[in-house]
Amino acid sequence: MGYFDEMNGGANGGGSNARPPYARLGDWLQSMPAELRSLKQAEAEALFRRIGITFAVYGEGGDPDRLIPFDMFPRVFSGAEWARLERGIKQRARALNAFLVDVYGRGEIVRAGRIPARLVYQNEAYEKAVAGFVPPKGVYSHIVGIDIVRTGPDEFFVLEDNCRTPSGVSYMLESREMMMRMFPSLFRENRIQPVDIYPDKLRRTLTSVAPQKCNGAPTVVILTPGHFNSAYYEHSFLADLMGVELVEGQDLFVDGEFVYMRTTEGPKRVDVIYRRIDDAFLDPLCFRPDSMLGVPGLMDVYRSGGVTICSAPGAGVADDKAVYTYVPEMVRFYLGEEPILQNVPTWQCGKPDDLGHVLANLAELVVKEVHGSGGYGMLVGPKSTAEQIEAFRAKISANPANYIAQPTLSLSTVPTFVEEGVAPRHVDLRPYCLVGETIELVPGGLTRVALREGSLVVNSSQGGGVKDTWVLAE
Amino acid sequence: MLSRTADNLFWIARYMERADTAARLLQVGSRISLIPTAQGFRSEWDSLLQASGMAEGFGRKYGDPVQRNLESWLFFDRDNPSSVASCITSARENGRIVRTALTTQTWDALNMAFQELRQLERQERSRLDLSMLTDWAMRQAALVRGAIDATLLRNDGYNFLNIGYYLERADNTARLMDVKYYVLLPSLELVGSGLDNYQWSMLLRALGSQRAFHWAYGGDVTAAKIADFLILNRQCPRSLITCLAGIENHLGRLAKAYRREMAVQEQARALLADLESETAERIFDEGLHEYLTRFITGTAALGGAIHDTYLSGEMRGCA
Repeated sequence: MGYFDEMNGGANGGGSNARPPYARLGDWLQSMPAELRSLKQAEAEALFRRIGITFAVYGEGGDPDRLIPFDMFPRVFSGAEWARLERGIKQRARALNAFLVDVYGRGEIVRAGRIPARLVYQNEAYEKAVAGFVPPKGVYSHIVGIDIVRTGPDEFFVLEDNCRTPSGVSYMLESREMMMRMFPSLFRENRIQPVDIYPDKLRRTLTSVAPQKCNGAPTVVILTPGHFNSAYYEHSFLADLMGVELVEGQDLFVDGEFVYMRTTEGPKRVDVIYRRIDDAFLDPLCFRPDSMLGVPGLMDVYRSGGVTICSAPGAGVADDKAVYTYVPEMVRFYLGEEPILQNVPTWQCGKPDDLGHVLANLAELVVKEVHGSGGYGMLVGPKSTAEQIEAFRAKISANPANYIAQPTLSLSTVPTFVEEGVAPRHVDLRPYCLVGETIELVPGGLTRVALREGSLVVNSSQGGGVKDTWVLAE
Repeated sequence: MLSRTADNLFWIARYMERADTAARLLQVGSRISLIPTAQGFRSEWDSLLQASGMAEGFGRKYGDPVQRNLESWLFFDRDNPSSVASCITSARENGRIVRTALTTQTWDALNMAFQELRQLERQERSRLDLSMLTDWAMRQAALVRGAIDATLLRNDGYNFLNIGYYLERADNTARLMDVKYYVLLPSLELVGSGLDNYQWSMLLRALGSQRAFHWAYGGDVTAAKIADFLILNRQCPRSLITCLAGIENHLGRLAKAYRREMAVQEQARALLADLESETAERIFDEGLHEYLTRFITGTAALGGAIHDTYLSGEMRGCA
């Protein structure tokens, strides 16, 4: 299968001249003999471990302090390439938020017949508890992580949207820190736009959606499930960079119309909660009664305008893999524009025609669970054995509506350091779009790389690594 | 600051101080075992286990005090919540939870201690020299303490860390003295004997204060001098009065920073005033054991009040 290499162009990485954004990286590579490279790699690893930036993988057991592999070869976008991506990402983030306000309000898009009512109102992620409520500034999803893959010089596709609490932004920031520390000369030779303004922008986004009842400077906190969570490092990292408290459910309580945190000086009011826990765990009185992570009574305060929760409860209905198919439609419906970023063609196994096509072509397709994430519970047809395919066929047939299928895309590659030297490896991209009073995007994102040769699965839980992502100033 | 954060800081300090104590006990125990006696070699392991309050758990797991098992128990064993490994792991976990309240250097010191511990655990035990292990543990404790002193803002978090250190240290000193008097020397006629004095020196050694003691007092080691040194002398960094004065000082700084005096400040001042008016004679008249029991109960109550006031999030105990 042919694929596009972002440095060398051409199919299968066969081009001879580096594409312009990568032009200066050839010399850098030349100037780094194998010994220096392994030295630098070891240095990077030691630094990451020392900072404590690690990632625990659910269900795999083993080392809870495992590192996500960091690849030193950067991934580069030209200013022009990025400008187009940025327009497309912002457009999509706007449409997704408009959709959320709509489906918890009058449901115009459903009435207009542009999306089936079943997909919205029967959706597990649809929160009846917030129907009729419009969050401050009309924003449901304040941090939209849009996963994008590339298949050619101008071909970008959205793989999925993450409207709840997309993680990984700490890797974007730490990878950059690491590169600047290890290779300062690269930053003198290339004009690379900075990403370290992200925490400031995030803080401004969060304060801009303070609730109605807040007067004065809003108090923002990050709500974490706790230090056993695999993303705990990121929660504490962001709290630190924004200068806000990192709280657990037990640190918060509701008294009357407001939410307070327990401090050594007594209760302190909280106005904006950037939560990194799922809806189901937010408030045991409203959602799961057995949740130990949440704050009893939180939802009542939320609905009466005493506190803002980011992302808003119920935002998940927009990033479901079945609803995904309709995002281009949302762009047209709410914004009256044509989508700048395309979807990957998607078959919904819940539709009889699509199901027939999927079952007949399993060996060529990628099949995913509608609610799955993290690369779990998916089938990559061309990379699977006949037994694996048959096992998946049985799962799909038993519950077709739980699956969607997409063609196996020939993801672009970027040169990556491997044992034998440098070799092309497949990548994707997750930029983080901030939506508050304004809508903003820092020039960069998280590039994930599938380190195994030929692998198309970039998830860190499945042996993926990360790269620094550069956007050049024009 | 969040009450939970203050609680985590408080426990980082307590665990690091406890790790330091465990390492010192181990060092002293192995030193004593090298001294020949009529029957072979001395063994004070039993008394050391009693001193550390870890005797029961050890007995359940290993039975007889064999040196190698003792080393495992006091240094590596995760079943012993007071072992060096357990304490360093807990301190680092508390640190990980409150990363944002620590400086990079402090986190570095905690995290490196933990990473190096994991390397030690992977090595073959026969290659690990005991004195290397105990030196290593005491050095880690000193590195963390040093990073805190050198880099941390003098804010409320710094006060909670120090309160943790002083409270743990007061408790350790009092317990070690108490065990010396009651467990090591059960029969009264031995008081003042050579064995008695030897045990007192061992106690000083465990507290890393042997040389300091000689500088401060000179002459023979006597129970009265040692009691004075470890209870009433403000020069001794581990004396009960130094620890209580430290707690009182940092509680006072909290009240000032928060512009609010709570009942706990008065409680600490009263305990300190008691100590200041004590003399070694009066303590021995009352009975050292009785005195220490009273002290341990008093500081435990103070710890409870600190918890209720600042660490629980309930803000109980308004003055």
